Amino acid sequence: MALFDASPRWTVTNLTRHLRHLFEEDPDLQGIWVEGEISNLSRPASGHVYFTLKDAGASLRCVMWKTEAARLRLILQDGMAIEAHGSLGIYDVAGQYQLYADSIRPLGEGALFQEFLRLKALLEAEGLFEARRKRAIPASPRRIGIVTSRTGAALRDMLNTLRRRMPLAEVVLAPTPVQGEEAPLKIVEALRDLNRVVQPEVILLARGGGSIEDLWAFNDERVVRAVSESQAPVITGVGHETDFTLADFAADLRAPTPTAAAELATPVTALELWQGLVVVSRTLTESMEILIDQKRILLDGLKSGLRLSSPLRKVQTERQRVDDISRRGHAAQAHRLELAETRMIGLENRLAALSPLAVLKRGYAVVTKNKKVIASKHQVKDGDGLRVRVQDGEFSARVSGEEM
Amino acid sequence: MAKNEIKPIENLNYEEAFAELEKIVAVLESGEKPLEESMSLFERGQALSKRCADLLDKAELKVKELAGEELTDFEENE
Repeated sequence: MALFDASPRWTVTNLTRHLRHLFEEDPDLQGIWVEGEISNLSRPASGHVYFTLKDAGASLRCVMWKTEAARLRLILQDGMAIEAHGSLGIYDVAGQYQLYADSIRPLGEGALFQEFLRLKALLEAEGLFEARRKRAIPASPRRIGIVTSRTGAALRDMLNTLRRRMPLAEVVLAPTPVQGEEAPLKIVEALRDLNRVVQPEVILLARGGGSIEDLWAFNDERVVRAVSESQAPVITGVGHETDFTLADFAADLRAPTPTAAAELATPVTALELWQGLVVVSRTLTESMEILIDQKRILLDGLKSGLRLSSPLRKVQTERQRVDDISRRGHAAQAHRLELAETRMIGLENRLAALSPLAVLKRGYAVVTKNKKVIASKHQVKDGDGLRVRVQDGEFSARVSGEEM
Repeated sequence: MAKNEIKPIENLNYEEAFAELEKIVAVLESGEKPLEESMSLFERGQALSKRCADLLDKAELKVKELAGEELTDFEENE
């Protein structure tokens, strides 16, 4: 080779910088997805993550800085098939090109997400997710249908919640697999069977947390349509708080978890029924007491009226015949009043025997303010004086202001 | 309401018993009925109140399983 040829001359640094600029100015190498399998994964104390992405033909060094690595929602492992998003650059010191990754997702998730968006747009255009389609959840359903796996924690969570909140209810489980090939069809059948055979007032469609693939049955078009066609309103509780499926969009109500779905299905709890019963039972007794008081006042009035118009006075001024008639009339009226009074006393005794508030004996209390029964937290404010009636008497209490 | 009154109290579910109890209370509060009739309504009300309390007291979540057309008791395995 000639000593004075015209070939370009570089320092290593300059050449490397030149290459880096070529990379950085090529839009096909910046902000890209690269799919491959993870190998040589290492996570030193710095917190940065280093690995190699490879496929059958090649390999690519990758680095993910600590701040991005902290946002990862999957645990990287050697052998895992992923898609890494980032930009290609050069690490000058090592003379090595590499991918500076800013996010990583499992391979296939991208395709799933595209399918999710396509189906969502389609069903949305059909009006399946419209607010006006959503039906109200009954306040106190007696019959609750559940569609979920027989063995999952989701079922146990829901049954425990329903048992605690509303043990008067009856639950009908239509067990079905909630993931895998056959899950969508089985879920559709379970929803149809429940509606046809049992006619529950509300249906819970639920599954515990899992990966996006695990939850995929709830994005199946058949399942979404079955949810929107269900006669009974459907509450979904699929996965965790952050998971949204198409079944959620089609449901009449979406709960963040199975437990929350069971809570939403029982807006009124047994405890609230107890409280309502105490209030109504008390009103029953009081209204009867008031009725009897009113009649007694009426009776007392009639009796004193009778004394004032005593026949003795009239004897002196009226003729004997008239007096006789009058006396008979008054005697008859006095007799009627006597009968009425006897009956009144009988009623009062019966009332006393039946009264008051058998429910209080169970440890419940009636709380009043200014003689008005308190049935809501909105009726009291900090510092209000209250009367608390329990089975053997009354005492005063004061509102401390701390809302539970 | 007339129909409910002849239905034996032990056959009423919670909602039925409570709804009738509320109706009775409304009638008593209106003060429109004669005293004797009010008293029988009150006694019926007391029985309904007790029925409701009993139902709440003894309530136990019933869990059934549906397979096709078939409804069976569901066995919970902890």
